[in-house]
Amino acid sequence: MTIVSAERMAKIFVEVADTLVDDFDLIDFLHMLTDRAADLVSAASVGLLLADQHGRLEFMAGSNENVKLVELFQLQNHEGPCLEAFRTAVPVINVNLGEAGGRWPQFAPRATAAGFQSVHAFPLRLRHQVIGALNVFGGTKGGDLEDTDVPVMQALADVAAIGLLQERAIRRGEHLTEQLQGALNSRIVIEQAKGAVAQAVGVDVDEAFALIRGYARRHNRKLTDVARAFVTDPAVLARVLRD
Amino acid sequence: MYDRAAVIKDLILRQPDGSGGSDGLLRRVCDVAAQELAASGVGISVITEDGVRGASAASDPVSERIEELQFVFGEGPCIDAFASRRPVLISDLGDLVNGADGRWPFYAPAAHADGLRAVFAFPLQIGAARLGALDVFRDRAGPLTDAQLTDALTFTDVTVTALLDRQAQRATGGHADIDDGAEYRAELFQAQGMVMVQLGVTLAEAMVRIRAYAYTEDRRLSDVTRDVVARRLRFDHDER
Repeated sequence: MTIVSAERMAKIFVEVADTLVDDFDLIDFLHMLTDRAADLVSAASVGLLLADQHGRLEFMAGSNENVKLVELFQLQNHEGPCLEAFRTAVPVINVNLGEAGGRWPQFAPRATAAGFQSVHAFPLRLRHQVIGALNVFGGTKGGDLEDTDVPVMQALADVAAIGLLQERAIRRGEHLTEQLQGALNSRIVIEQAKGAVAQAVGVDVDEAFALIRGYARRHNRKLTDVARAFVTDPAVLARVLRD
Repeated sequence: MYDRAAVIKDLILRQPDGSGGSDGLLRRVCDVAAQELAASGVGISVITEDGVRGASAASDPVSERIEELQFVFGEGPCIDAFASRRPVLISDLGDLVNGADGRWPFYAPAAHADGLRAVFAFPLQIGAARLGALDVFRDRAGPLTDAQLTDALTFTDVTVTALLDRQAQRATGGHADIDDGAEYRAELFQAQGMVMVQLGVTLAEAMVRIRAYAYTEDRRLSDVTRDVVARRLRFDHDER
């Protein structure tokens, strides 16, 4: 993969800083980070997982979000780079999926079948805790991360963790658990809305997500708020059908 | 790792019904949660989407009063947890009574006078569907341990499922225990949204209908929801 230029890095961190000072939508923010992470190292796909109270990794956002890819992320509750990064707090870097069948007998062949050649995972660290993982998939042979890419990707993972605390932490010194639970529940709302829109419009859930995201952007609204409106107010859902 | 939910479920099932006119199932949850979380008491309030309080229960008369007070004053941890859709963890209520941040100006001193020192409130919800909140009360200040926090969140999950199942059993007239173990959880939530639109009902009602169907057909919940997402099963014309 290509070496990250200082200029591109600076742009991303300005964008991050811009977001963090405002009232922002966490899921949107995490989507932005996964998009930028994928661009930076020319990765095929980047996804972000957060652990729930049982230590189960839940998919939160991805640079592209299709059913097959989400399944690959979720499979990692049994085995895979994210689980390893989550448990050890150490990045997993440059694993050739074609040779990883022994290490991850279920995950490696499924990831290969999905068209990926290499995989990496970075722990989401917050103080002494690991709260999730950033997963990077490479699509082409030789798609390894350079030495200089590694701290950059870890920095993006750290920024994601900070964003999680930042979302509402300014208010009344809220705890990490309060934030995490809110974030995990927001993701559920988005899945429910994908189902509702898919049914109402007659598209598949991947297209439904694109519709919800597009609607939020056009109306300059937070992704989670739009998703919630779709599943709590039938009138809003009817409006999107005419939109 | 997830067996704790099964253990908690079992404890609730085996707990004898408490006396008094409060809701039997919710009362049992409160009693077991109070024991397991080393709390002086636990209260649960079912709240409708527009904020109206429905069924409620508490492990003891003092907790019942502290729970009630929130609805008298229209403020408190349970109301905030419901509104903000996330837990509200107050490990020292004294800070609020003495502090200048003005949170719960009526509830905080009143509950403090009743002996409350710490309170932890958890929304009962699945995504956008909200059913109420569960409050853990303590007569001493101090945070929940990590293990207690995890347990408290498991109690809220079990309570949500129990509330949905009770409605599903009323709908089917039967008693059943369905297999909840879904590997691919996104599908479960997507199916809820789809059935909501198919039937023109609320999200919570859609969840009840899906569970009732799984009971009646004696199928795993994850199999039913997979069929819904794959459009092999619709609820608006071929249910039952």
